Amino acid sequence: MRTILYLIQKELLQVLRNKTMLPIIFIVPIVQLLILVHAATLEMKNIDMYIVDKDLSSTSRGIVQKFESSPFYYINHHSFSMQDAENELKKGNIDIILHIPFGFESELVKGNNSGLQLLIDAINGTAAGLIQSYTQAVLADYNRKIMMEWTSPGMKEKPLSIEITRSFWYNPELNYKIYMVPGILVLLVTLIGMILASLNLVREKELGTAEQINVTPIRKYHFIIGKLFPFWIIALFELAFGLLIGKLIFDIPIVGSLGLLFLFAAVYLFAILGVGLFISTLASTQQQVMFINFFFMLLFILMSGLFTPVETMPDWAGVINIANPMAYFMRVNRMILLKGSGFYDILPEFISISVYALIILSLAVWRYRKTV
Amino acid sequence: MSEQKETIITVRNLVKKFGNFKANDNLNFEVFKGEIFGFLGANGAGKTTTIKILCGLWAPTSGEIKVAGFDIYNQTEQIKRNIGYMSQKFSLYEDITVFENIRLFGGIYGLSRHEIAHRAADLMHRLDLEHSRDKLISSLPLGWRQKLAFSVAILHNPKLVFLDEPTGGVDPVTRRKFWDQIYEAADRGITVFVTTHYMDEAEYCDRVSIMVDGRIADLDTPSALKGKYGVKNMNEVFLKIARIKPDQNN
Repeated sequence: MRTILYLIQKELLQVLRNKTMLPIIFIVPIVQLLILVHAATLEMKNIDMYIVDKDLSSTSRGIVQKFESSPFYYINHHSFSMQDAENELKKGNIDIILHIPFGFESELVKGNNSGLQLLIDAINGTAAGLIQSYTQAVLADYNRKIMMEWTSPGMKEKPLSIEITRSFWYNPELNYKIYMVPGILVLLVTLIGMILASLNLVREKELGTAEQINVTPIRKYHFIIGKLFPFWIIALFELAFGLLIGKLIFDIPIVGSLGLLFLFAAVYLFAILGVGLFISTLASTQQQVMFINFFFMLLFILMSGLFTPVETMPDWAGVINIANPMAYFMRVNRMILLKGSGFYDILPEFISISVYALIILSLAVWRYRKTV
Repeated sequence: MSEQKETIITVRNLVKKFGNFKANDNLNFEVFKGEIFGFLGANGAGKTTTIKILCGLWAPTSGEIKVAGFDIYNQTEQIKRNIGYMSQKFSLYEDITVFENIRLFGGIYGLSRHEIAHRAADLMHRLDLEHSRDKLISSLPLGWRQKLAFSVAILHNPKLVFLDEPTGGVDPVTRRKFWDQIYEAADRGITVFVTTHYMDEAEYCDRVSIMVDGRIADLDTPSALKGKYGVKNMNEVFLKIARIKPDQNN
């Protein structure tokens, strides 16, 4: 037990005296939160629209006006040439073309039915889907309005229609930042924990100090606990620091219990540090470790549900995610912060991550060899 | 004092293979308690391989080996409690201070806080490092670091210390001083197992073994070896032995 204390003391001294490490620990979370939360947004603003209005009727003008008054659209081009419009789309200068053909209004009056055309740049499929649904919503709204005006000019009553009222639970304004901050926090804690832990052990191998430790009668698990503990503290501190920034700058809601969040994070970090340590037992240089880290980090991050919901992924991805510790914390962090989930709500994840930590730490201790 | 010698290392038929390459080819030797045993050989002769096996860092391919009375295969942890080791790679932590290194290794070997403080003060006094107590290791000159590394390696008073080319890259004066330290340790009853390729250092040893291409070509006291080959110094002994390859010699 005393041995562990001596090791922890040494590790903490090394980290705290490291002139490059300390700023990284403090500045990285601020920068990442500020940049990623703002940048990684799926809200559509400033949709660049090109309007080709060949009808120039009061109905078509009404439609154009509707888009002009929307905060989501920026209409910078009008012309009568579809050729020009398509060229702009090809150049990537605009996101969508709204084409209102000649005779649009008269068709509508005569036949009660008329069509217009939307051309959307779908290089980014997600964005294209969003643009399409925004635009259709605007058009449907206008459609309803003219229907009311034209079909029953004398009637004061509204026609029968189903009105859908929505209320978005846990994030009523659909504020994307509130969704992103907890996710970025998970990313941050994971990065710091996994990279610090994995590089540290391999660094000692490179310097030759690992060999000096290996000729001592030190117990393997003493050594590993001594190595993990400082990074565990640093990562937990990082989480607290990130939460504070999230609260102060983005005013994220903290609905659930912080104690529960830190309890889960504590166990989660054992798993993450275990992964880092396991990686470092596989490699012999820091360069190898970084490459292996990149591989796992990318998988972990992209499959964790940080940007795209896990529910929309194919079934096999869900199976892979059983081995992705980040997926658990991503879910739990949002559940606790935004929804106020209690211990019983997160119990399945809590059990999973505990088992995960136990397995990966055992593997790391087993893989770590004092005698080669 | 009786002349009966107690063995502290016994090696029988030690073989270490890396693929098809035999780094240690059937080694047989004994090291006696209290002696300074020189393990000589050219670069790549297999010295470091042997020392790492004896320290329990590497597992041998085959052979019977006992160190400090313990078996190398299943009692490595007991062996580690009784040995000290200083590798050719410098192995104190460079980013913590002199005292912090002493405290760490003292702590790992289970010394009490009081003992650590006492031994650290004594050690720094003997090495004349008192003014450098709170300096980072990285700020010390190489010669001092090696003296310190050696002292830390025997901080826990082991029965046996392994030194793997401890004087690599330092000037002759510092090397001479380092050997004074080795004599001091031997006087305290610590057996010293030292590898080197400086033949002048071989003269300081009680017995030396000379390794060529993974085998022990000869093993005796320096004076006996000089007599056997009819030369004046160990350097010439080494050149003679290294030229007659053991397989030609049969």
